[in-house]
Amino acid sequence: MLMKMRSPTGRILKAAPGSKPRPCEETTVDTAGAVQASPRVRGEAGLHRRCNPGERDSPLGLVPAAAPHPNPLPVKDGERERTADAATGRLHLTRGRIGKLRDQIPTRAAFAALLLSAALSLATITPASAYVAFVSNEKGNTVSVIDTDSWTVTKTIKVGQRPRGIAFTRDGKFVMVAVGDDDTIQLIDAKKMEIVDTLPSGPDPELFAQDAQGKTLYVANENDNTVTVLDLEKRVRIGDVQVGVEPEGMMLSPDGKILICTSETTNMAHFIDTATRKIVANVLVDARPRYAEFKSDGSELWVSAEIGGTVSIIDPAKREVTGKIKFAVPGLRSEAIQPVGISLTKDGKTGFVALGPANRVAVVDGTTHEVKKYLLVGQRVWHMEFTPDEKYLLVTNGVSNDVSVIDVAAQKVIKTIQVGELPWGITIAQP
Amino acid sequence: MVLGVLARSLIGAIGLIAAATAAEAADPVDIAIGYLGRAGVPQTLSPLDQPAADDGVAGAKLAIEDNNTTGKFLNQRFTLLDRRVKDDEDAAQAANELAGKTGFILADLPADALLRVADSLRGRGITLLNVGATDDRLREQDCRANVIHVAPTRSMLADGLAQYLVWKQWKRWLLVTGSHDNDKLFADALRRAATRFGAKIVEERVFEDTGGARRTDSGVTLIQRQMPVFTQKAPAYDVLVAADESEVFANYLPYRTWDPRPVAGSAGLRPTSWDPAQDQWGATQLQNRFMKMALRRMDALDMQAWMAVRMVGEAASRTNSGDAKAMTDYLKSPNFTIAAFKGTRLSLRDWNLQLRQPILLADGRMIVSVSPQEGFLHQVSELDTLGVDRPETKCKLQ
Repeated sequence: MLMKMRSPTGRILKAAPGSKPRPCEETTVDTAGAVQASPRVRGEAGLHRRCNPGERDSPLGLVPAAAPHPNPLPVKDGERERTADAATGRLHLTRGRIGKLRDQIPTRAAFAALLLSAALSLATITPASAYVAFVSNEKGNTVSVIDTDSWTVTKTIKVGQRPRGIAFTRDGKFVMVAVGDDDTIQLIDAKKMEIVDTLPSGPDPELFAQDAQGKTLYVANENDNTVTVLDLEKRVRIGDVQVGVEPEGMMLSPDGKILICTSETTNMAHFIDTATRKIVANVLVDARPRYAEFKSDGSELWVSAEIGGTVSIIDPAKREVTGKIKFAVPGLRSEAIQPVGISLTKDGKTGFVALGPANRVAVVDGTTHEVKKYLLVGQRVWHMEFTPDEKYLLVTNGVSNDVSVIDVAAQKVIKTIQVGELPWGITIAQP
Repeated sequence: MVLGVLARSLIGAIGLIAAATAAEAADPVDIAIGYLGRAGVPQTLSPLDQPAADDGVAGAKLAIEDNNTTGKFLNQRFTLLDRRVKDDEDAAQAANELAGKTGFILADLPADALLRVADSLRGRGITLLNVGATDDRLREQDCRANVIHVAPTRSMLADGLAQYLVWKQWKRWLLVTGSHDNDKLFADALRRAATRFGAKIVEERVFEDTGGARRTDSGVTLIQRQMPVFTQKAPAYDVLVAADESEVFANYLPYRTWDPRPVAGSAGLRPTSWDPAQDQWGATQLQNRFMKMALRRMDALDMQAWMAVRMVGEAASRTNSGDAKAMTDYLKSPNFTIAAFKGTRLSLRDWNLQLRQPILLADGRMIVSVSPQEGFLHQVSELDTLGVDRPETKCKLQ
């Protein structure tokens, strides 16, 4: 029996002698880089369970063997089912109606089979070229570095407080990470993988956008309704633009002439002329707009509204909403559908929209704006990034502490990679 | 301080110039919102719970600022008309004074006063936004078509608490009720919640208010003797649930019960629409803005007022209009939703104009949980597992 264990934050947890078994942590079954079969418990942020010593010895590493689970969670339609056996105190996981690879773990035998199939699939999915993805972990105050060849975390970098927005500089030398509670953007040397400098971002930076030359950075400062403009070479602040309440999403048009800033409580996409740094248009969208994305040809702007539950399609020339993407997942209450991150393929034919606590990524036809498919990922899916060859899309799952890998062509989730606590943003180095 | 005042007046002056410049282009649409509140604040047991003099209205002021930030892009300008009513003053009279200047009045009034105001304003195209009264009857048999309820009801609060206690498997409750009418109403809501969600009230006790000061120099000594005795010889129970809106005894209970049991309800784990500790779903930004403006933390009444003013602001931006009729129609339409840092969109129950909202469970330091709890399902909205639902309602809006 282990007498100490590490919590996800790295602290050593000690059990008091004679302490009662508690519900156990949602343990992820690490299968040495293969599929990470994680029997998950649906729930809110913060519903973390930790094991008492020895509890990890139980078959799925899920429950104390001594006492019945005190809180059998009710079943949700369309989700995986979870029941507790009062006699053994063990949790049984059975397939929900929408079965996904990683949910199919009803028995130990099936679990072994899953490992086998995962190992087999691993052999076939090894990408031709490896990339490096950096994931910001909002609660962990770390950045996880993922190698897309082995699909493993190769390094965890300690950063400042509450890292969220994250992006490579255009030259690929640095990774910028907005650490909101430290009121700055830190620069990570991508080779040394350590923090080398900070940028004067203004208070509470969250998301930012940089121009194509990598010379100018535009930062959303949620706390004071401002967009801060930085000179990236000199690393100094060169101006600011007053916008609506709680600016968040930041995106430059492909030609670099217009900066889009979404403000969460004002519910607008502000069009800012990058030459004059003046607002030239304000487009009202649905409640709590969080992210903006252009088609690569600049013909469409997509803006997600987290609380409104929609994605607005905006004509950037007319600067008006021309359509709205709505989402409906059978068996899921509509309030749980909270669109956040968006990625569009370079050809503009397919869009991917992260639906937050709906735990799904919607696949949207880029032309008709119809939702084609919902991919089940981890809990509270936030942001996403394509690998440069556009073969894979990596999405961060904020509550389940992992990153799902989507095969773009097959439109399937092929892998889950455990990262740090509450992953949020993601960026991938261009070759 | 002086510098701050100077800076503020300077900003004000700049603001005026900016407004004047804008006015040359096109006059902004002026939207005034009234705030009808109680003069004076109630006494609480804990000095930490003592409401500030601007409790509620500070939330409204912050929302006016937020609306104006949005309004500058839409050429709309919001103002707040603050009117306090003393206990012996006629609230309806005060409301009628405001009625000439605005189409929307926030009301933080007791149930009877609110009904008098609603009836006196009937047919005048004015919408009241109830931010203070939690009485279920205002949404049931006494509901009014000109009152939108932003404050949650006692039954919503009780249900939010009950769902969590049942989830936690604390199903045996010792219910202790105060002797005032409001305490009894909260106890009614708790009994209803226990029945709905499968908890059992093993015994009920009444704590009589025999008068006396809330705080005295040697208070603790006596309380330490009284509370264990008051709670002894109870049947086996998991949690003591207290109904004490009148601030007479509930906060004396934690750590003093005869049996070592947690306390919930009016003390310990409290159901509420907002708490200064709430920082999920982007709430930090709102809390920071509030702190900067009011120099104190944001409580439930502040938040209810903030939401009410934001609802009016939302109606103004969605209808692109300052017309009270158009705005009210929007608020009552199925299209209306609002974001309020509670992790989900809020909307109005069309049968009684109650704002659907999650209920936070706070222990005075942290948010312990947020209801509805997972697994409490509903065919329309899981938020409707909190409070009186459509099939049960006695409300006929008119």
